[in-house]
Amino acid sequence: MENKVVDLLKEKARQIRRDIVTMLAEAGSGHPAGSLGMADVFTALYFNVINHNPKKPADPNRDRLILSCGHICPAQYAAMANAGYFQKKELMTLRKINSRLQGHPHRNSIPGIENSSGPLGQGLSVAAGIAKALKMDNNKARVYCITSDGENEEGQAWESYLFAAKNKLDNITYILDRNHIQIDGPTDDVMPSLEPMKEKYEAFNLNVIEIDGNDMRQILDALEKSKTAKGNPTMIIAHTIPGKGVSFFENDYKWHGKTPDKELAEKALKELGA
Amino acid sequence: MKINPTLAKELKKADKEASRDGFGKGLLKLGKTNKNVVALTADLADSTRVEWFKKEFPDRFIECGVSEQNMAGVAAGLAFTGKIPFACSFSAFNPGRNWEQIRVSIAYSNANVKILGSHAGITTGEDGATHQALEDIATTRCIPNMIVIVPADSLEATKATIEAAKTNGPVYIRVSRAKVPMFTTEKTPFKIGKAQIFREGKDITIIACGIMTYQALLAAEILEKEGIDAEVINCHTIKPLDKAEIIKSVKKTKAAVTAEEHQVNGGLFGAISELLSSNNPVPIEPVAVMDTFGESGPADELMKKYGLLADDIVKAVKKVLGR
Repeated sequence: MENKVVDLLKEKARQIRRDIVTMLAEAGSGHPAGSLGMADVFTALYFNVINHNPKKPADPNRDRLILSCGHICPAQYAAMANAGYFQKKELMTLRKINSRLQGHPHRNSIPGIENSSGPLGQGLSVAAGIAKALKMDNNKARVYCITSDGENEEGQAWESYLFAAKNKLDNITYILDRNHIQIDGPTDDVMPSLEPMKEKYEAFNLNVIEIDGNDMRQILDALEKSKTAKGNPTMIIAHTIPGKGVSFFENDYKWHGKTPDKELAEKALKELGA
Repeated sequence: MKINPTLAKELKKADKEASRDGFGKGLLKLGKTNKNVVALTADLADSTRVEWFKKEFPDRFIECGVSEQNMAGVAAGLAFTGKIPFACSFSAFNPGRNWEQIRVSIAYSNANVKILGSHAGITTGEDGATHQALEDIATTRCIPNMIVIVPADSLEATKATIEAAKTNGPVYIRVSRAKVPMFTTEKTPFKIGKAQIFREGKDITIIACGIMTYQALLAAEILEKEGIDAEVINCHTIKPLDKAEIIKSVKKTKAAVTAEEHQVNGGLFGAISELLSSNNPVPIEPVAVMDTFGESGPADELMKKYGLLADDIVKAVKKVLGR
C-alpha cells in the first residue's frame, strides 16, 4: 500500500472522528468511545476495502458490511455520509424524532444499512446467513462483520461461530473491537474470562489475526489478507483505544455511553484538528 | 344449519393427521415450485417434518444444530439475500427461545422469514409442560409486521405454508404433533387474513383456531340438539384478524365464545376481546388453558383435563348466553 493512500485514509478517519464528536454532542446521547475507537476500521472499509457503490446500495454483488455491535453506529453513519450515501447535514438528526439515523441501526432506514442491530449477538448470525446465501448462489461478494469484546459475552455469538465454521464461510471477515471497556466497567473486571481470546477463536476454527486497530496500515493489511482465506472465516482482533483521538476520552469506560457537552466537544474537535 | 359442505366434510368421516405433516407436505411442494425456498432447523428435522424437504433438496437444507437464536439470525441473513427461509423448530423454542432475535433481526427488519413452530399446545403430550408451548400466539401477535397463522388441520397447514411463501414479510405458522381429524377438504379455500364461517347460526358465535375448530364444530352439533343455533368461525389467521367477518357475525348473534389450545391470556381470546371491546362489545367467554402450565400425558386425556373439548365449549356457550 502506498504511503500516500494510507495518509489520505488517516486524514479521512480524522474527518470521520470530527463528525462523530459533532453529531454526538448535538444528539446529547450515544456512544462516543467505541465509535471513535473504530473510526479507522470504518474508514478503511468504506474508503478502501469493500466493493460498494453508494448510488447502487442494492447491487447483489456488493460486499456487505454488517455492524453487529449497533451502538457504535455513529461511526458507520459518519463514514457512510462521507462516502456519499446521504448528505452530511443529516448527521445532525441522529437520535432525533423523524430521523433516519436511529440510535441503533434499522435495516434500510438508509439504503446501505444492511441489518438492524443493537441487541448484541444478532448481527453475527445475520452475517452468517448472508454469507451462506452468497455461497449458495456462487456470489463472490464478501461479508464484513464488526463485533466487539463485550458482545462476545452473548451466547449467540458462539452459536454463530459454530455455524460459520461448519459451513466454511471463508467469505466472512469479522473485525472485533477489543477495547477492553463495556458499560459496567473494564471487560477485565466484568468478564475477565473473555481471555484467552485468540485461542478461543482458533478453537472455533476461525483464522485469527491480531492487529493494532488504530494503525491504518495494519488494518488494511489484515483486511486484504482475509480476502484470500480458504476454508475458514477470518477473525481480526483489533486492539483499539476507546475514545481514540481525544485525549480525555481515551481508555475511560465512562465515555462508553455518555456524550460531551458543548464545551468539551469543542475541546475534542480542536484535538482532532478542527 | 349443517356444516357448509364446501368447506368441510362430515365430522365423523374425517381421517386423522397431524398438522406438522401438512406443513411438511407444503414445504416439499414449495421446494419443487420455488427455488428460493430454503429450510432451516435446530436439530429437529424429523419432528418438524423438514426431513422430507431435506431428502429432496439437500442443498437447500440448513442444519443449525441446537441454536435457535442463531437460526433466527441466519434466516434473516438468508432473506436479505433473496431466499425465502423457513426456520423450523418446536414452538417452545422458536419463538420461545429466540423471541428477541425474531423481534429485531426478523420483524423490525421486515425480513421475509417464515417461522414454523411445531409441537404447539398441550397435545404435545408426554414430553410435558416444558415442550407444550401455550404462550406463542401471544408472544408473536404482539410483534409489528408479524402475521400469525394457526391452521385448523393438516390440509390447512399445507395451504398456509404455500400461502406464507407467497407473502412478503415475517409469518409465524403454528402446528401440532397430535394426530387430529382432518375435516377440511382439498377444495376448502384458504386466504391469509380471511376467516371462514364453517357453520352458520344465529344464537352464538364460536371463534376457534387450530385443533379447537374441530371441537367447536362438534360443540355446535351438541348445541343444535338443545335448540341452540351456533355459528362457527375458523379464525386461522390471528393476525391480521378478519375484523369485518367477526364483527358481522357477533352483530347477528350478540355473544361469542373463543376456543384455542393456548393460554387464556394474550391469544385468540385476547385478540377477539380487543377487537370487540372497541368495535362491538358483546359478552365473550374463553375456552383455553386457564393460566397454568401443562403436564405429561396422552393428548386426549390432557385435552379433557385442561378443558379443551367440545363439552367445555358447550358449557362456555351456555354460560355466556346466561349472562
